[in-house]
Amino acid sequence: MLAVALIVFRETLEAALIASIVLAASLGIPHRHRWVATGVAAGVLGSGVVAVFAAGIEAAFAGSGQELLNAGILWLAVVMLGWHSIWMARHGRELAAHAGILGREVATGTRPLAALAVITAAAVLREGSETVLFVFGIAASAQGGAAPLVAGVFIGVAGGVVAGVLLYLGLLRIPLHRLFAVTGWMVLLLAAGLAAQGAGFLVQADLLPALGDQLWNTTWLLSEESVPGRILHTLVGYVARPAGMQVIAYVATLIVIGLPMRAISRAGRVKAVAQPL
Amino acid sequence: MTRTALVFILLLAGISGPTLAQSGGSATLVVRDHRFEPAELTVPAGQKIELQVTNADSTPAEFESGELRREKLLPPGKTVTIYVGPLRPGQYEFFDDFHPSTRGHLVAR
Repeated sequence: MLAVALIVFRETLEAALIASIVLAASLGIPHRHRWVATGVAAGVLGSGVVAVFAAGIEAAFAGSGQELLNAGILWLAVVMLGWHSIWMARHGRELAAHAGILGREVATGTRPLAALAVITAAAVLREGSETVLFVFGIAASAQGGAAPLVAGVFIGVAGGVVAGVLLYLGLLRIPLHRLFAVTGWMVLLLAAGLAAQGAGFLVQADLLPALGDQLWNTTWLLSEESVPGRILHTLVGYVARPAGMQVIAYVATLIVIGLPMRAISRAGRVKAVAQPL
Repeated sequence: MTRTALVFILLLAGISGPTLAQSGGSATLVVRDHRFEPAELTVPAGQKIELQVTNADSTPAEFESGELRREKLLPPGKTVTIYVGPLRPGQYEFFDDFHPSTRGHLVAR
């Protein structure tokens, strides 16, 4: 039971942390809960589908199906995080200043709600299909009956969700005028980390060159297998032994999302000063 | 910032250029009764290795290695390909993420 709980916890933790970051980062956007919940549901459903077709996916694209699917999911999440970041750079001030009374564009215009759903769905799907396969594998080998297995899954999922809720509540303690600056950075680093993970999968499938299998090794400082290492891996993309291609993907994402974010938020600040509301 | 990044990327490409040209090693690994066969696998260092991993068990497994930075599902009864390296000489641990006591290591020399 404990072994099952631990593995399920680890896989749930990653998705829960990502969901709580996007929930905090989108504070004040109407209907965000519904969209995030839709994303979780879609992710769980998708996990089941991917698990059922795991062997077929593996065989697809000359044996690179798994890596292509993983990289695709991760990079889709990166694009959506980018959209969300840039939208928040434009509207975050408005959301923070008029909590409750939203400007016309925020209330009626295009909001990155679909992005919220896709990001959470991707986060759940990415680890979820593995969890489903693992749990069914244990169930099939019938080690000790169903009750401990169900208990293990429940404890694992509950633990992951609690960690996510704690992060969310922690983020909410940040004063509103500073919250979006903090979550903006968190989303940016999260996106960069996911982009690097995606690049790692394509290197594993030999679709991208590694450009140095191991540029450096900081395992002595923080092992990726340790709990803090895993949490940092999810939150900011910490990799103890990164490949060159992963570093490039990380830096490129920081530039591609971060530069427009900064430019837009600067322009907004200048406008706000020029025309005080 | 953009120029720094460009210089950085070119630098990376330069560092790793020579290793790209070499490739060709291959090795096979089998998971049977939740055990890696062989538990110690020797491969050439400095070359890209095509690792063929067969899961001979009836339950799914997941090949995982932090040291090799690899993770891949092994559906029951299937053989999957995982590319690793080019590796520096040394020992690299791997395990089955679904059965963490199932462990083995790769020796690059």
